[in-house]
Amino acid sequence: MIKNLHSRRGFLKGTALATGGILLSLQLPDAGRTRAALAASGPSPFVPNAFVKIDDQGVTLIMPHTEVGQGIYTSSAMMMAEELELDLDQVKVEAAPPDMSKYMDPNLYDQATGGSMSTRSDWMRLRQAAAAARIMMVSAAAARWKVDPSTLKVERGIIRNPAASQQLTYAEIAPDAATQPVPKDIKLKAPSQFRLIGTRAKRVDTAAKVNGSVLYGIDIRQPGMKIATLALAPVKGGKVASMDEAACRATPGVLDIVKSGDDAVAVIGEHMWAAKQGLEALALTWDNGVNGKVTLDTIVAKMDEASKTQGVVIRNDKNAQAAIDKAATKLSAVYQSPFLSHSPLEPLNCTLHIRADGAELWVGTQVPVRAQKAVADATGLAPEKVVVHNQLMGGAFGRRLDIDSIEIAAKLLKDIRYPVKMVWTREQDMTHDYYRPYYYDRVAAGLDASGKLVGRTHRVTGSSIYARWAAAAFKNGIDPDAVDGAAETPYDEDAVFTDYVRQEPDGMNTSWWRGVGPTHNVFVIESFVDEMAAASKQDPLEFRRKMLSRNPRALAVLNLAAEKAGWGQKLAAGHGRGISLQFAFGSYLAHILEIEVGKDNMIRLLRSVIAVDCGITINPDTVLAQMQGGMIFGLSAAMFNRITLTDGAVDQTNFDTYRVMRINEVPKIEVYQIHNNEAPGGVGEAATAAAAGALANAIFAATGNRIRSLPLADALGA
Amino acid sequence: MKTLVINGVSHQVEAPDDMPLLWVLRDILGMTGTKYGCGIAQCGACTVHLGDEAVRACQTTMDMIDSQPITTIEGAAANSIGAKVQAAWLEKEVVQCGYCQSGQIMSAIALLSSNPKPSDAEIDDAMAGNICRCGTYVRIREAIHAAASA
Repeated sequence: MIKNLHSRRGFLKGTALATGGILLSLQLPDAGRTRAALAASGPSPFVPNAFVKIDDQGVTLIMPHTEVGQGIYTSSAMMMAEELELDLDQVKVEAAPPDMSKYMDPNLYDQATGGSMSTRSDWMRLRQAAAAARIMMVSAAAARWKVDPSTLKVERGIIRNPAASQQLTYAEIAPDAATQPVPKDIKLKAPSQFRLIGTRAKRVDTAAKVNGSVLYGIDIRQPGMKIATLALAPVKGGKVASMDEAACRATPGVLDIVKSGDDAVAVIGEHMWAAKQGLEALALTWDNGVNGKVTLDTIVAKMDEASKTQGVVIRNDKNAQAAIDKAATKLSAVYQSPFLSHSPLEPLNCTLHIRADGAELWVGTQVPVRAQKAVADATGLAPEKVVVHNQLMGGAFGRRLDIDSIEIAAKLLKDIRYPVKMVWTREQDMTHDYYRPYYYDRVAAGLDASGKLVGRTHRVTGSSIYARWAAAAFKNGIDPDAVDGAAETPYDEDAVFTDYVRQEPDGMNTSWWRGVGPTHNVFVIESFVDEMAAASKQDPLEFRRKMLSRNPRALAVLNLAAEKAGWGQKLAAGHGRGISLQFAFGSYLAHILEIEVGKDNMIRLLRSVIAVDCGITINPDTVLAQMQGGMIFGLSAAMFNRITLTDGAVDQTNFDTYRVMRINEVPKIEVYQIHNNEAPGGVGEAATAAAAGALANAIFAATGNRIRSLPLADALGA
Repeated sequence: MKTLVINGVSHQVEAPDDMPLLWVLRDILGMTGTKYGCGIAQCGACTVHLGDEAVRACQTTMDMIDSQPITTIEGAAANSIGAKVQAAWLEKEVVQCGYCQSGQIMSAIALLSSNPKPSDAEIDDAMAGNICRCGTYVRIREAIHAAASA
């Protein structure tokens, strides 16, 4: 696993080099620059670094990662408020503007929010930035009072000199602090000194989310703004064949029709209803082009064919094939994971006001620099002439790591000089997603006469997201995400062969989807490990335990989940329990799911028990929320979801055909956390990756039916 | 021109008969708390109250509205049940992205108005029309119980 992490970093490092060799650990500009900035902007904002701003309005923390609901604004604010000796009610948070030099995620090599990376990337730099600000303010107060800074106390943003009953607020001392030298050696608090980190502090972003006052991208209103909605070619590569512009323009409220190339048309109206009605009146017809005959079956047939040939070798230790050939028990199987849509509840949208000399963009994006560049490229404006106002997001799940919707909007609107909000209908959103790739996995394993795993092979066949999204990270034909969790498992195993075959699907765009590589690989590995246990007549829990001699943290979460789930206790007829174990996103997680399969093959999810070790915890309630929500997101897809195509077009158009789990379908979810002071692991995606394997294994336990293709409710024929 | 009484305030609205209330609220009146999620009454993000009834604003066209008062999330706190539900939502830390929560809260208020002490099964029945992609369902149930006993 360690090896895998290192190699992954190596791949990612290539991305940075390709995008200009930007390096950043912590931005602490020198005091001279701060003074210059101060002089230019009037009195008293103290901006010691990229993340802290203090003025007479109070303390503003600049959020390098974007809020998609995962709670990062709260966690980031907690990390900084801890070192600033503030409480959360004393800080405001603000989205960072696009600026790679200040806000690049040092592990993603982009100003991006993804991969459950935010806390891992910010754990040191945000605390250091906050501590630097505090040190400079304390030093400034000490200088004013002519005392030793170490004699001063700070609490809730008030600096006190106990010897002389003097006190200063941060706002009062901020102008002086700007002239203090930036500290070199910043000593951070030890975990035993934390008063905020580790507490169930209330989220900073939710009060406005329960009374309708919060603004997402889709809620932006600007003076003179109009509303547009679009139609994209239903089949990738298709072109407009005909449209009735006169009928569209005759629709009340329609203002304009705009086109981009041959494959995108939008109608601008006084409101969304006019734009929608106008688009319908256009009565678009399309030439479908080369992908007009693509179906899911034709795509899968090509993957099956491609998977018969060896790919790029990821891991080749101790001749796994020879070990399998000699094994007492041999297993082999094909697993398939479908295309999936992100379908965040806020449909794609952005608001653009393009002028001759600049543009403004209001959008909720996980990649603000890419968003800025998309508008610059489409309009011919310099990137610095494009102001990006990043917004809270109504979910993203990876969808807003792509900027196709911004690029298309900018191309469509490049000659429109009034502000336009471009809102995708749910139908356009679902049928023009950048989907979670379809994966086709061939696995084989051998067990010796005692039932011990002696060799394992795994060939992953599927799209490379890296090759498109961060080409520099796609080196030597290896997509580090596609194989994440396949080559390295939590288990003791020495003879392992893993290879990767890149096979891009016809007519489909692919991208990151919550849980990324591990979501598919953990399903495959954990299902197959269960198959090994069954083939050698071993208990699935005991079989796993025996293979964890080198991995105490994984064993600990597995044992905890087993104890809490009551593993081994007798179950009613038709009930089954399934296990999934993983190390992914820097966190250890074991999941035991109990289900009931009815006589009609209907699956009822009864109880989901999660044990997680994500190292040091910023906010345990956020961990709990991400476990609950991530699990439901994963179970929803594992139960119900797959994207299919007919004649090149996606069949699923809305939530009536792409079923999302509802409140009456969720299991009881119990989360148990192992607390320690290890480095923080990611939690946003971990539970999602643990859903499908446990469900497939529970179905096997309940019915004896081994299902190797998702979604599971479909496969059972219920 | 039609008069809509929304959260106790009269608005004169010029809109076609077939225009859904969702877009009237959002794009004409600028009340953006009511959300667009699907447009086909599958997700519940646009739930508002028409009279005492929870309805999907995406399916409620102008010609379906007579003189019934309309309540949206922006006016939810004016009613004591609404205020309790919002408080419970915060106390139980229900919200993640929050996009569905206007609709969830409006559905929950309608439930508690007709059934002050709902069981889990009754909550499931009443709330099954509201999708949450972040998966906050477990806490929605807890928050409704909390609001019921507040």
